[in-house]
Amino acid sequence: MSKLSPVLSAHWDEADSFTLEGYKRHGGYNAVSKALAMTPDEVIALVKDSGLRGRGGAGFPTGMKWSFIPQGDNKAHYLVVNADESEPGTCKDMPLLMANPHVLIEGMIIASYAIRANYAFIYIRGEVVHVVRRVQQAIADAYAAGLLGKNIGGKGFDLELVLHIGAGAYICGEETALLDSLEGFRGQPRLRPPFPAIAGLYALPTVVNNVESIASVPAIIEHGNEWFQAMGTEKSKGFTLYSLSGHVKNPGQIEAPLGITLRELLELAGGVRSGHTLKFWTPGGSSTPLFTAEHLDVPLDYEGVAAAGSMLGTKALQIFDETTCVVRAVLRWTEFYKHESCGKCTPCREGTWWLVQIIRDLEAGKGTPADLDKLIDITNNIAGRSFCALADGAASPIISSIKYFRAEYEAHLTHGGCPFDPIASTIFATVGQP
Amino acid sequence: MTPENAVMTDVEMVTVVIDGFDVTVPKGTLVIRAAEKLGIQIPRFCDHPLLSPAGACRQCLVDIEINGRAFPKPQASCTIPVENGMIVKTQLTSEVADKAQKGIMELLLINHPLDCPVCDKGGECPLQNQAMSNGRSESRYEGVKRTFEKPVSISSQVLLDRERCVLCARCTRFSEEIAGDPFITLNERGALQQVGIYEKDPFLSYFSGNTVQICPVGALTGASYRFRSRPFDLVSTPSACEHCASGCSMRTDVRRGKTLRRLAGEDAEVNEEWNCDKGRWAFKYISSKERIAGPMVRGEDGELHEASWPQALARAAAGLKGKRAGVLVGGRSTVEDAYAYAKFARVALNTNDIDFRSRLHSDEEAVFLASRGVNFNVSYRDLDKADHVVLVDFEPEDESPIVFLRLYKQVRKRGLKVTTLSPVLSRGSEKLGAAIVEDIASISGLSEKSVIVVGERAAEVIGQFTSVVKLAQSTKAKVAWIPRRAGEVGAVVAGAIGNLLPGGRPVADPAARVDIASVWGVESLPAAHGKATWEILEAAGDGRLDAVVIGGVDPLDISSEALGQLLGASTFVLSLEISHSAITAIADVVLPVAAVSEKSGSFLNWEGRPRFFEKAIADSLTRSDLRILSMLADEMGTPINLPSSQAAAKELQSIGEWDGAKADAPSVSPATLTAPSGDQAILHSWRQLLDLGTLQNGEPNLAGTARAAHVLISANRAKSLGLSNGDLVKVSTARGSITAPAQIGKISDSAIWVPRNSIGSQCIANLGAASGLVVTVVKA
Ligand SMILES: Cc1cc2nc3c(=O)[nH]c(=O)nc-3n(C[C@H](O)[C@H](O)[C@H](O)COP(=O)(O)O)c2cc1C
Ligand code: SF4
Ligand code: SF4
Ligand code: SF4
Ligand code: FES
Repeated sequence: MSKLSPVLSAHWDEADSFTLEGYKRHGGYNAVSKALAMTPDEVIALVKDSGLRGRGGAGFPTGMKWSFIPQGDNKAHYLVVNADESEPGTCKDMPLLMANPHVLIEGMIIASYAIRANYAFIYIRGEVVHVVRRVQQAIADAYAAGLLGKNIGGKGFDLELVLHIGAGAYICGEETALLDSLEGFRGQPRLRPPFPAIAGLYALPTVVNNVESIASVPAIIEHGNEWFQAMGTEKSKGFTLYSLSGHVKNPGQIEAPLGITLRELLELAGGVRSGHTLKFWTPGGSSTPLFTAEHLDVPLDYEGVAAAGSMLGTKALQIFDETTCVVRAVLRWTEFYKHESCGKCTPCREGTWWLVQIIRDLEAGKGTPADLDKLIDITNNIAGRSFCALADGAASPIISSIKYFRAEYEAHLTHGGCPFDPIASTIFATVGQP
Repeated sequence: MTPENAVMTDVEMVTVVIDGFDVTVPKGTLVIRAAEKLGIQIPRFCDHPLLSPAGACRQCLVDIEINGRAFPKPQASCTIPVENGMIVKTQLTSEVADKAQKGIMELLLINHPLDCPVCDKGGECPLQNQAMSNGRSESRYEGVKRTFEKPVSISSQVLLDRERCVLCARCTRFSEEIAGDPFITLNERGALQQVGIYEKDPFLSYFSGNTVQICPVGALTGASYRFRSRPFDLVSTPSACEHCASGCSMRTDVRRGKTLRRLAGEDAEVNEEWNCDKGRWAFKYISSKERIAGPMVRGEDGELHEASWPQALARAAAGLKGKRAGVLVGGRSTVEDAYAYAKFARVALNTNDIDFRSRLHSDEEAVFLASRGVNFNVSYRDLDKADHVVLVDFEPEDESPIVFLRLYKQVRKRGLKVTTLSPVLSRGSEKLGAAIVEDIASISGLSEKSVIVVGERAAEVIGQFTSVVKLAQSTKAKVAWIPRRAGEVGAVVAGAIGNLLPGGRPVADPAARVDIASVWGVESLPAAHGKATWEILEAAGDGRLDAVVIGGVDPLDISSEALGQLLGASTFVLSLEISHSAITAIADVVLPVAAVSEKSGSFLNWEGRPRFFEKAIADSLTRSDLRILSMLADEMGTPINLPSSQAAAKELQSIGEWDGAKADAPSVSPATLTAPSGDQAILHSWRQLLDLGTLQNGEPNLAGTARAAHVLISANRAKSLGLSNGDLVKVSTARGSITAPAQIGKISDSAIWVPRNSIGSQCIANLGAASGLVVTVVKA
């Protein structure tokens, strides 16, 4: 089991992993004392040197983001943790918060200390009520234990932590829309610059980080950079949570060093649904271009996936076997983007509305092969033309699926509809089972 | 070096290359604007030079490279400031940019209805135009267009066709950033996103019409103009607004002799590109049923009868010649007309009994105006740069809306400090973040960069002008006098007041009188200090005057006795009016005059800046006041020789500004008010922008957005009277009462406030006074 590197998930199997006691039993909150003994700049430098990169999708170096916060500006600074997790296929932050909310709180104390913030926020999607309750309890327990509030650990550092429950909008995971939503406005992305590091929440310097990014910090403080850098690849250091879903024997989260391949992960997860073969998969959620079986050995780190034409994204590996109609899968995703488009900019708002209609027609076998080129052209008029990355995400499955499966689209046209048996791809299907 | 160049050298300049041409612009200029300097038009919808960038429509995409590094994708040129070393390729030189723009345009049109043949905007529509210049010739969209119920009214005057909307957020940004009235927002998301109002709150902004004007499609339409005309049938004339002293530049659009709409004109120094809803929509008064068609003379039977011009003029001349007469000009004359009244009074009537103040006024005010001269040396620019603006008896949002917008701009941009001398924190003051001060002595923190803005209502507070002048002298702050009506500043300069001759010449100064007498070719001018409006009315009432010449005056703006005074004695009344009024009802001779759109001329705004306008309705046969006064003076044998407004303007220009000593500043000690007790309170009021003013007649859609009358009371008074918001309150004096719903707000415990001239609350008619009076306030 040397492929695994359980750090965040090391104790998820203990019944009380989510409690303060359970967390402390394995050295929880030791890193806070260690960090508070350092200067804030030393903490930033350490995280910068560690090579930790943001786990929210873009892979931006976390320590560098912290260092952008202007120092000595006599302004309040804020830390905001992005727990909106809405990217299709992504299910790492919610299990992490469910099983161990304290590791996030500990990371937030350290990060806030480093960026000189006395207020920190967790923006969590509203649908996950059970996770919300656990995080709420954990925050209350941390306050009671003197880990939050005034004069933390007797070191003179104050931190108030606020949990904000969003209304469940994908766009509110985009960091500037998140800030608008947190301020009580309708979540729509803001024009940048100014970037959040200069004018973020309430127009004050703000760091927005993903749950997993911040939760990775205590272990780095605790064990040091040498330990952290021993995991991962040259430019993608450390451990991370991969979430596997779909046609895989044992779906769930696997924590492994960056750079592991899908082949290795599938081995750990018991392989593709038995009796079936891999057809296509997303390396980092539906917003990243699809891969196929030919990409089984692509190293799943930022550079490796990019070199193969996609993005590591949120490391949400959705696995589809040969029973799945790619056109149907793409239509479902496109409907998602249409539903989640915030409406601010023309290409995404109007474009996703149109794309759904075109793909729906294609799935129903209406149209000609020329319509595929029209679909590609319109998608290209949307991608890279919009205000935020949501529309780019919408384009990814379309362009990549046509690239690898054009014949399958055409088959819909010649067949006068979908040639697949939709039941065969369901979890309750018996067809093809041994 | 011109001042403009002086400003330019302060700013760092940046040179960029756009489509192969160098252009040098100030640092911070947006790419789209730098391209404009080269005459390169990048298509756009959400971009507006006076609004913060949105980057929402994505129509303005261009390719950009900085120091050899190209952006991987086309960028919105309306959001990116120029940088040294930047190379921009627009649709003209980049295929990528051209395709990107065409792609966006196609997407914008997929859900756009085919309303062009019936849409108000058709023919002047940025979407139509840019779809032609930067769109594909054919759409590939085969689906069903999104539809909405249409139109929905977001106020009584603004209608919204959601399916026409391109969601550029110009209207919402305007409302929030410029007007400070964020009553419309974008709601819903994705393709269902739409402009909307809050559930129960319509778009009640004094500035809402600007959203109709800047909407780049026909999504927002004015209820009164909708479906009335096509832009290519309109003849447009640059004009000036006749309503207030802000002095907006406007455009009047006329079709076959009828004004169909008015738009805000552009003047960076004054109204930028905005105006208020009154200026935009209150123009129907000229076509009202009450409009006077021809001259009228009162017959033996006591009724007015139509008469020919020679008959009417002869009758008027007979009533005035050799008589003791006074002249009430009204506050709405053009400079040229006011000048004609001023000259007519002195030359034809041999009197200084002339006053333009058709409102509450005081001698202290007249002294203040005389002491100020006619070179005011204060402007919008001074407000822009001020470190502190003090408002004295002046509510900019109601009384001079563009002054409000300019102040609000600075408040938003740099937190300009505003103090208001008033017992009331109005909605406008609240938006300006103004501090209320009740005692002028407690105002501090003024410097030579501060501006004290004093309104016409200062005349209602004894000693107020004196205090203002003192405050200005001790702090070196500038003083701006901003009356409500458009004609008042011009009337001061033209000498339409008893203590001043044209150009700010004191009547009391013999040299000044000689000056003017020689220009006018008369032997001498009357030397006696002229009567003020109230004195003219009193003298008419008790027989000390035989005749009064009255321009556009509403007697109830002055006092509840005014009409009675004119009616009481056997005074000869000559009325020069647009429409039938309380004055024409008692006049002996009525001469119809041209409305602003029917003549050319100018106003002076509060800065003293001329606001010229041309005749918008070319074939109007009505005559301006000055033309009629000139004919009348001829008839009387005492010609004033002002055949045209050009002649009047030229003559006034030639007279120039007085360079002699100005009158002394007023010195009046303030009255000590006794604090009211129990049910009593001191009445406070001003006129709301939209009210019962006669120039707003005939436009119910505009009237629908007027703020409803209410009695503003303090929380303590409400408590002691057992009142909650909305409960009826009765405000009474010996003369009468006003009953309106209570509104608990920020007002001193000793005061109450009601609107001065709104439906259900007309102070002078109902209470006999408009301010400073002790009234009784009880639960109704
Ligand atoms: C449409 C959209 C949705 C996003 N959703 C999330 C999300 O749910 N969680 C998240 O951490 N980041 C999300 N992001 C990325 C954030 O904008 C931001 O990059 C991230 O929170 C930064 O954290 P990191 O540096 O720790 O990765 C989203 C971005 C886009 C464009
Ligand atoms: S791409 Fe545009 S419409 Fe889509 S979510 Fe982003 S800002 Fe909103
Ligand atoms: S109504 Fe007009 S101005 Fe407002 S968002 Fe729509 S298109 Fe833009
Ligand atoms: S602000 Fe004054 S000048 Fe401008 S449009 Fe309104 S009433 Fe006319
Ligand atoms: S004009 Fe630039 S994005 Fe709309």
